[in-house]
Amino acid sequence: MTLDDVLTSLFPDGHEVRNDKGVLLGSATLRSGASMLVLGVADRTALGVDEALRLSGQVLKSIDRGQGPILVLVDSDSQRMSKRDELLGLNEFLSHLAKVLIHADLNGRPTIGLLYGHSAAGALLATGLATRVLVGLPGAAPAVMDLPSMAKVTKLSMDALEEKAKSTPVFAPGLSNLAQMGAVHLTWSNTISLADQLEALLADMPAVQDRRDVLGKERGGRLKAAEIAERVRDLALQAY
Amino acid sequence: MEDFSFQHNVRARAGGTRQTAIVGVVASGNLEVLVERVLPDAECALDIKTAALGFGEVWRAVIGDFVERYSPGGLRFSINDGGARPDTVSLRLAQAVRLIAENGQ
Amino acid sequence: MTAPFRDITPAERARSTSFYEASARTRLELLLDAGSFVEFIGPEQREISPHLNIFDLPEQFDDGIVVGHGRLDGAPVFVAAQEGRFMGGAFGEVHGAKLTGLLRAAREIGRIPVLILFDTGGVRLQEANAGELAIAEIMRAVMEARAAGVKVIGLIGGRSGCYGGGGLIAGCCSALAVSEPGRIAVSGPEVIETNRGVEEFDSRDRALVWRTMGGKHRRLLGAADVFAHDNVQDFREAALALLDLVGPFGLERLKAEQERLADRLRRYGACLDAVDIWTAEGIAHAETVPELPADQFIALADRIGRTSRDAR
Repeated sequence: MTLDDVLTSLFPDGHEVRNDKGVLLGSATLRSGASMLVLGVADRTALGVDEALRLSGQVLKSIDRGQGPILVLVDSDSQRMSKRDELLGLNEFLSHLAKVLIHADLNGRPTIGLLYGHSAAGALLATGLATRVLVGLPGAAPAVMDLPSMAKVTKLSMDALEEKAKSTPVFAPGLSNLAQMGAVHLTWSNTISLADQLEALLADMPAVQDRRDVLGKERGGRLKAAEIAERVRDLALQAY
Repeated sequence: MEDFSFQHNVRARAGGTRQTAIVGVVASGNLEVLVERVLPDAECALDIKTAALGFGEVWRAVIGDFVERYSPGGLRFSINDGGARPDTVSLRLAQAVRLIAENGQ
Repeated sequence: MTAPFRDITPAERARSTSFYEASARTRLELLLDAGSFVEFIGPEQREISPHLNIFDLPEQFDDGIVVGHGRLDGAPVFVAAQEGRFMGGAFGEVHGAKLTGLLRAAREIGRIPVLILFDTGGVRLQEANAGELAIAEIMRAVMEARAAGVKVIGLIGGRSGCYGGGGLIAGCCSALAVSEPGRIAVSGPEVIETNRGVEEFDSRDRALVWRTMGGKHRRLLGAADVFAHDNVQDFREAALALLDLVGPFGLERLKAEQERLADRLRRYGACLDAVDIWTAEGIAHAETVPELPADQFIALADRIGRTSRDAR
């Protein structure tokens, strides 16, 4: 779906979301009358220091003055790979965006990510993966690491990698692989109203606790993470 | 990856009271050796997983020398090898025996 | 191992041990009070990565990270140390889950700080999806722990630096100490060059790498609050100092960070090189900063460098 399709289907009564060079900022009114902060990255834009700071500023403003849930739309490139961004400390800007989203979520402003296009690496960490619930739309194409780059590093052929990817969701790109890992909580349908699906989700938001490792285990994608984290937690609690 | 296992009867128990020790790191040209005091005093065992294929006889020789020299009775060695040279392997095995020969947990 | 050192104190041994060169285990042994470290899920449990065998790659019994607890000047701390020589210290499923579990326990207890000794290239390619998600879970767990009053201190000075998602986790910490070789960035030099060309970033120009991503630049920018000498004792002292400095986390800090980063963009957003930034910060002969000995650099940074204190 295009951004316009997504926004129209999410907010049939209209919205105030502006796309400024790939940075989405604005708000929308839900059918319940409640308002929702909407922000994100569009047009497969790379997330650099300037974009990240605008987004985090918008969330902070909304924490002060607004209320209601927060929606993060994602169709991004990876983090912007440039000398300037690294020189200025890109890691801090991306972390900061993730931190304000997590803070909002922990303090009464539940966050939902909607992955409708591409995303990768640091950009995904600072946006969709920093929300409480990450939703995928059919056609979304996240790629933590693309296969050609993997082929280069692992010195394996693309054919060999694709063959391996059939037996495990652990490394290859794609929405269904991330869903199996527990990273994408649910995948919506693009043939019925997104507004209906959003309202259903808001009416039944999962608890604030991060259960993605348990989800990954239930779905057979990450068999060890939940158990290891739980064992370390138990040992650490027993020590004090 | 290639796996090898060696069992030896040895003349004496390894010294010290520590139950486990670990030395080294798995990297190119390096290896880790985990040693555990879990066997009868007159036995030792070594399990090797190596990224370098076709060196079975070299391992046999290096480990034969090591067992003869240190008599690591009661110890099981588990090795993850990233393709270390024989002298590095010998060094790590000796370090592992020295570390577990300390007193303590 | 201890026999040759019997005549010197632990502090002397820590002072003479390069943090950069030391293994994760040695760093922890020398950083904490002598003999106080206890590991959770140690190598004898053989909790290896379940994914590396798909690629016919060797495993490590601790999956490249050591987690546990110990004492620092008598006070309890949780610790995690990455082994930068195993798979570049990269985050995989098991590796990451150990740190997540540690942070979750710290949050529940609420008063025991966490020290993270970063040494990482970021996500482990062979288990990229699991590694990426592990980093997201760790970031969340760091922030939940901080919200519960836990101080989370990052120490960065290892051979793999702190790259990729590791850089994002570092950005979530309450405070950082960094040494000269401790690089902090998201995209590594080779990644930028591969994607954008050698004109954008020449990864073989080591001086460029150090002054763009290295510890000195991060300290002057205020990305790290303490610059440590490259030895374990100095990192121990840095950790103690930062534990004293760090105050409680709250919304005010995020607002201050927004302002701090906006100010950085306003001041330095048009700079083309780190030397331009240092010059703009008021450092005379900024081009000599990379050659400054650590003591002189620390004096300079304390006088001119920025701080992220109360603003991260």
